[in-house]
Amino acid sequence: MKRVYDGKKIITGLVLFLAAFTSPFWYNTVFGTFDYVPELKVEKNGKECVKRTSYMKTNHMVLLRFWRDEVVRSGKRIYKKEDGTEIEMSLSGTCLKCHKNKEEFCDRCHGYLGKAPRCWSCHNVPREAKK
Amino acid sequence: MVERLAYAFLFTIFLILVPLIGVGILNLQKVFSIFVPYLAFLIFLFGLVYRVLSWATSPQPFKIPLVAGQQRSLKWIKSSYIESPYTKTGVFLRMLLEIIFFRSLLREEKVETHPKKWLLFTSKKALWLGSIIFHYSLLVIALRHLKLFFEPVPSFVSLLHRADSLFEIFLPTVYITDILALLALLFLFFRRILVRQVMYVSYATDYFALLLIISVILSGALVRYFFRVDLFDVKRFTLGLVSFRPYVPEVVGSAFYVHLFLVSFLFAYFPFSKLIHAGGIFLSPTRNLENTSREKRYINPWNYPVKVRSYEEWEDEFREMMREAGIPVEKEEKES
Ligand code: HEC
Ligand code: HEC
Ligand code: HEC
Repeated sequence: MKRVYDGKKIITGLVLFLAAFTSPFWYNTVFGTFDYVPELKVEKNGKECVKRTSYMKTNHMVLLRFWRDEVVRSGKRIYKKEDGTEIEMSLSGTCLKCHKNKEEFCDRCHGYLGKAPRCWSCHNVPREAKK
Repeated sequence: MVERLAYAFLFTIFLILVPLIGVGILNLQKVFSIFVPYLAFLIFLFGLVYRVLSWATSPQPFKIPLVAGQQRSLKWIKSSYIESPYTKTGVFLRMLLEIIFFRSLLREEKVETHPKKWLLFTSKKALWLGSIIFHYSLLVIALRHLKLFFEPVPSFVSLLHRADSLFEIFLPTVYITDILALLALLFLFFRRILVRQVMYVSYATDYFALLLIISVILSGALVRYFFRVDLFDVKRFTLGLVSFRPYVPEVVGSAFYVHLFLVSFLFAYFPFSKLIHAGGIFLSPTRNLENTSREKRYINPWNYPVKVRSYEEWEDEFREMMREAGIPVEKEEKES
């Protein structure tokens, strides 16, 4: 067995570091939240999202960016969906028309991922979506 | 010297190809999403403990603090409390400033010869600036990732996201630290190529460490800004990892796997490379010792008992003969 110099200090430091570094492993166990997957409220009513769901999941902010740029820069307000139907490009007016419970949809998912898009300081949340 | 750079590049490209082939062609999603991260994490933990214990068991023959200030001696000579510390608090302050502000890097100097054969020293702060921007950006980026490992997300992590996307440019919002870290890394990388003296002392591993971290950040940026992935699913995957209930993400595309593989490699590589300076700084004897070699005797721990014979013993044996020969002796025996 080799001699350890300044063992007390070094081992304490090492143990503290390891405890902090492995915290995700015990934090979620202690809080029992490791298999928590938030439930998103979507009222389907036979409707579909603006684009495929798989696209919306990853790229809804890209679509919103496209909408914003079209409206603000080109003055166009009508968006043609893939199936040919036309809708208005509007965050509050279109997205939140279908996704009525913003808190249990947009906010819940963003909260799960530690995000809070700062759109709502300017954009209105319709009363029925405020629940 | 150029071949060192080439080796580093080739190995980085090889590392990028591994997940591209493994997932893109061989469809080994399970291996790359579960086996590789666990293995890398284990190697990191064991490597770290091994390295720290190997430092802790190395005896230190003398006090070797590197100082840049007046040592404490006579009362009327002003001594430097932090630059040449002689108390535990002094050492603590010195370490703190070193670890938080990378103070030694501020001492970088450019040396030139003047036409009149003078040596000119000019202070340079670029390395310090690049270094501090890079390290702190990387810290923020790493802390931001905690959103994937904690549920509920700690409030300071959400706050960090807000602060980091303060400018709200583009959508998805660009994080300031992504850009800062990349710029700083490019500076550190080109410094090793464009400054001849620095290139001369750069090894392949020096370039590789930078290229690896650059690739980690670039692949992460790709996953966030271009080949977007469903973070909702990714969080299920990361929480699965830390709760030992592995879940293979439904993520499509190899960009995510390149990022994951490079990060895993970085973890496994960390304890066995120069990157372990992150831990080594705490145990570097040139920084963490008091400069008190004149005040306090320091015993080399590997000293073994040496058989010595003192003059007194020698004289005891030969005193008679010495006296007979008229050689002066130190101890007169009273009784004679
Ligand atoms: C500083 C205030 C402000 C913020 C913050 C803001 N916007 Fe806007 N946005 C506007 C204004 C003003 C318009 C133009 C409204 C119009 O012409 O009808 C607009 C228009 C839009 C439009 C198209 C028109 C509409 O009614 O929706 C979209 C889409 C949009 N913004 C998305 C976003 C998103 C997404 C965010 C958050 C990342 C955001 N905006 C944040 C001010 C803002
Ligand atoms: C016509 C009604 C409608 C409109 C308008 C609409 N959505 Fe949807 N959206 C849906 C439905 C229905 C689903 C669920 C689809 C499913 O589960 O297959 C959905 C799914 C989604 C999802 C994926 C949720 C998940 O399950 O992970 C996101 C994100 C989303 N929508 C965002 C938006 C945004 C942003 C807008 C505005 C640009 C928008 N939606 C406009 C009806 C709509
Ligand atoms: C299934 C989960 C989910 C749902 C539901 C969802 N989002 Fe998102 N949203 C995300 C993710 C993930 C990101 C990207 C986070 C990142 O890349 O850091 C994001 C980002 C955004 C951004 C860009 C923010 C930024 O700063 O980059 C906007 C704007 C946004 N979402 C709007 C909405 C709106 C409006 C709704 C509700 C209609 C909604 N989202 C519903 C998951 C979701």
